[in-house]
Amino acid sequence: MERRKFVRTSACAAGGLVLVRGGLASAHPPSSPGPTPSPVDAASRDVVLTALDAASAAGSDYTDARVGLYREQRASTREDRVTEVSESSSLGLGVRALVAGSWGFAATRDLTREAAAQAGREAAAIGRASAAVQPATVSLVPVESYGEVSWASALEVDPWDVPLAEKVEHLLALNEVALRNPSVSFVNSSLHFVKIEQTSATTEGTVATQTIVRTNPGMSITAVSGDRTDFQTRSASVSPAGRGWEYVLARMTPEAAERWAAEAAEKLDAASVEPGRHDLILLPSHLWLTIHESIGHPTELDRALGYEANYAGTSFLAPPEAVIGKLQFGSELVNVEGERTSVGGLASIGWDEEGVKATQWPMIRNGIFVDYQTTREQAAWISDLTGVESSHGCAHADSWANIPFQRMPNMNLLPGAEDATIDDLVAATDRGILIDGSGSYSIDQQRFNFQFGGQAFWEIRGGRKTRMLRDVAYQARTTDFWNALDMIGGPSTYEMGGSFYDGKGQPGQVNAVSHGCPVARFAGIDVLNTAR
Amino acid sequence: MKRRTFLTLPKDGGPVLSEQEAHHLVDRILTASGADETSVALSGTRRVNSRYAVNRITTAGESVNLIAAITARFGRRSATLSINEFDNGSLLEAVGAVGRMARLAPDDPEWMPLLGPQEYGTSGGWHESTAGLDAERRAAVAASAIEQAEAANGDITASGFMDVRAGARALGNSAGLFAYHPATSVSYSLTARTGDGTGSGWAGVGHRDWSRVDSDAMHVTAIEKAIRSRRPRSLEPGKYPVILGPEAVADLVGLLVRALDARAADEGRSAFSAPDGTKLGERVVGERVTLRSDPIAMGGAPFRVSDGFPARLTPWIENGVLRNLAYSRFWAQEKGREPISLSSSFRMEGGEGTLEDLIASTERAVLVTRLWYIRSVDPRTILHTGLTRDGTFWVENGQISHPVNNFRWNDSPLFVLRNLEGLGRPVRVTSGGSGDSMRETPPLRASEFNFSSISEAV
Repeated sequence: MERRKFVRTSACAAGGLVLVRGGLASAHPPSSPGPTPSPVDAASRDVVLTALDAASAAGSDYTDARVGLYREQRASTREDRVTEVSESSSLGLGVRALVAGSWGFAATRDLTREAAAQAGREAAAIGRASAAVQPATVSLVPVESYGEVSWASALEVDPWDVPLAEKVEHLLALNEVALRNPSVSFVNSSLHFVKIEQTSATTEGTVATQTIVRTNPGMSITAVSGDRTDFQTRSASVSPAGRGWEYVLARMTPEAAERWAAEAAEKLDAASVEPGRHDLILLPSHLWLTIHESIGHPTELDRALGYEANYAGTSFLAPPEAVIGKLQFGSELVNVEGERTSVGGLASIGWDEEGVKATQWPMIRNGIFVDYQTTREQAAWISDLTGVESSHGCAHADSWANIPFQRMPNMNLLPGAEDATIDDLVAATDRGILIDGSGSYSIDQQRFNFQFGGQAFWEIRGGRKTRMLRDVAYQARTTDFWNALDMIGGPSTYEMGGSFYDGKGQPGQVNAVSHGCPVARFAGIDVLNTAR
Repeated sequence: MKRRTFLTLPKDGGPVLSEQEAHHLVDRILTASGADETSVALSGTRRVNSRYAVNRITTAGESVNLIAAITARFGRRSATLSINEFDNGSLLEAVGAVGRMARLAPDDPEWMPLLGPQEYGTSGGWHESTAGLDAERRAAVAASAIEQAEAANGDITASGFMDVRAGARALGNSAGLFAYHPATSVSYSLTARTGDGTGSGWAGVGHRDWSRVDSDAMHVTAIEKAIRSRRPRSLEPGKYPVILGPEAVADLVGLLVRALDARAADEGRSAFSAPDGTKLGERVVGERVTLRSDPIAMGGAPFRVSDGFPARLTPWIENGVLRNLAYSRFWAQEKGREPISLSSSFRMEGGEGTLEDLIASTERAVLVTRLWYIRSVDPRTILHTGLTRDGTFWVENGQISHPVNNFRWNDSPLFVLRNLEGLGRPVRVTSGGSGDSMRETPPLRASEFNFSSISEAV
């Protein structure tokens, strides 16, 4: 609503300040299957172009700017009551300027032309202040000029079109189902929706208007033992997605809630795992997080080169010349792609913050590491090693108030050529553990050593899924783990998982990212008992 | 364009949101609201930062924002909408929307009436030394770190980040409550790494007053730690005596603070649950442990920003005995107790000596200076896993003998504080949350810490 009003109230603003290279006339068709991408609106375009022009006039060699309306809606419940109903909207402008090889950034919630011009000048001034102290040379690989383009997430029902009461009732109904289980004492359930309506522009000649919708359902069910000496929690095996209300209805069903509740109760009496080496069969509901942490983060090129050293750390995947095309990251069955194009992917977009069109590229091929995640600044750092002369389109800012930088795209483990099923993997396993759902996770600052828990665990004996286990976590070294992948499921087992709150950078920014994967088996992984 | 901004940019030195502006905006929203009851939480912040990595400034920026979170209540139904546009049209649209949301929300059985006017303690918190950290000053700090790194013997690269906030929080409601608090905060940290990639050192601090921070000394600490941690020797995983630096202690104790919820304890799903209720009054850790929150003493808001409940000095653990758990207003009423607000600002008392004194009195131990990637493993015992980072050493006969590899660890603050052998003097460490949680913790020595596997990471 704020955006509509913004357009209405500022439609009188004149355009005509366009210093954008390449012109704005050539409209490209939208790239997404989304229903109704908004056209570039004149008011937003005027604000971003005003900021670009002011930055350019103040000496910026390259500028990008975005006006965005960021909306979030949350509903949370516990048992039979509502704990939160809230919505937020934040509208503002962010401008990034490159002056004498240094970046400056300024952001304001004030969307007058004067304020937009001031933000453009301020971004340039901040860049200049850095350049004066420490001359640096940022150079950008070329990008196509796309003119005016638009894109929208693929969804059937916009969450903002569904009454809050309906959302809350859906959650309470699920809680009721879970509480029917006599061992279940507590249930928390929640919905979190994000909608971003953004117009961004670059001095390379692209103005992109995009509508991005994301949906994050959650549920957590706790069973407490009769004597109050034990409690066990089972969280839903449902990932967030770049989809709408239809996704909630499809995944957060009474049948699923009943099953999760039964598993929470069953965990109270489950056998405590025997620590030692086990073969692990990891379902997509679990494996996506292991992919995210152990493949996603180490393949961030800025991180590998030390740019994140003071926060998240560096990467074992360095230096690039020692690992690109050389490192046996995993077994031959491991093929990983990066992409921002998948339907329903959390990181899927039309154009990134630098006006780079969404793309798809191989990162690990038959186990060999071949490429990183890149922005325009970064692509040039490794182009002589990869032969890739363009950005992979990974520039992202989590709001108008934060500077764009390299963020993780969707990264997927590709399914095997033969359509092996979960049952096939179980049948082929003599002694192992099947893990469903993501649990505790921790990994070191170079992404060597990790430990993951899960939500539900079953013992496999003689090719059959037998009793439930508990207190399971596994530890491994990243490349040892991926080289231990010895069976992989086929396309029918492939599912998208993902994170709504992936953190990186200083100041910290969140990113939402999907990871598709099939079921997979890992031989001889070190399992510990977390209760001992 | 008829869009008008309610706020002008801050005058030199003043907060983004003055008390008068806060009053005015709260009044406008309360007047416009048609709800039975309305409350408004305001946050106006100018946030500036500079970041450097591999010995060059990488990014710098600023953002200015004002957010109003409006809560409308009809009987026992309520909803919250947060906005950052304050022209009359946007404001009317927002109060209308939040009213509609609230009417759609179901009755809340845990509804509590709004608080009326409260008595608040006086809290400082605004420091010009921090508010005045402009792009040039921040760049000068970065340049100094880079210069010190380049001058050090050992091919050192420095990476760091300075994050500065200057702003105000305010709260007003239709029951007549109004509260306002301006504050500054600065977080500064840096990581120094050796050229061979085998050594890494870190230093960091969170403070409201930049003039109390010695950034050059921090640079020396990080650089020296990097050089000293180079070429670590291999140490097998296992249980070893441990010396934890103040930053590591703050991270561990912070996990315990987060578990201090009375309701979870009463419901039987907390480390502080007892078969017949909670462990209040029981000894839960070693008798030398005393842990308190005093947000006002640390320059924090004298009120809880969600509802205006007054911030107070709260002892959580005294001499090892669990003295308080946090009671929400609803849960306090259910249990016939006084409400107690949980604060993420805390101070753990200690002894007299420094970290160096603690090392000097130690026969053998692993010295851990920083923990990383801490995640819950078992809430029944507050068991967590995580890693060591940026300087881990073997201490023998009162001295740091040599650097050792990093570890993954699986342990609980409860276990560590039960195995306590020595404490040093508390110092200010990094801030948590959004820069608002100030923490003071001592270094400590414990008889045992569970290092579960080796991490090759540096």
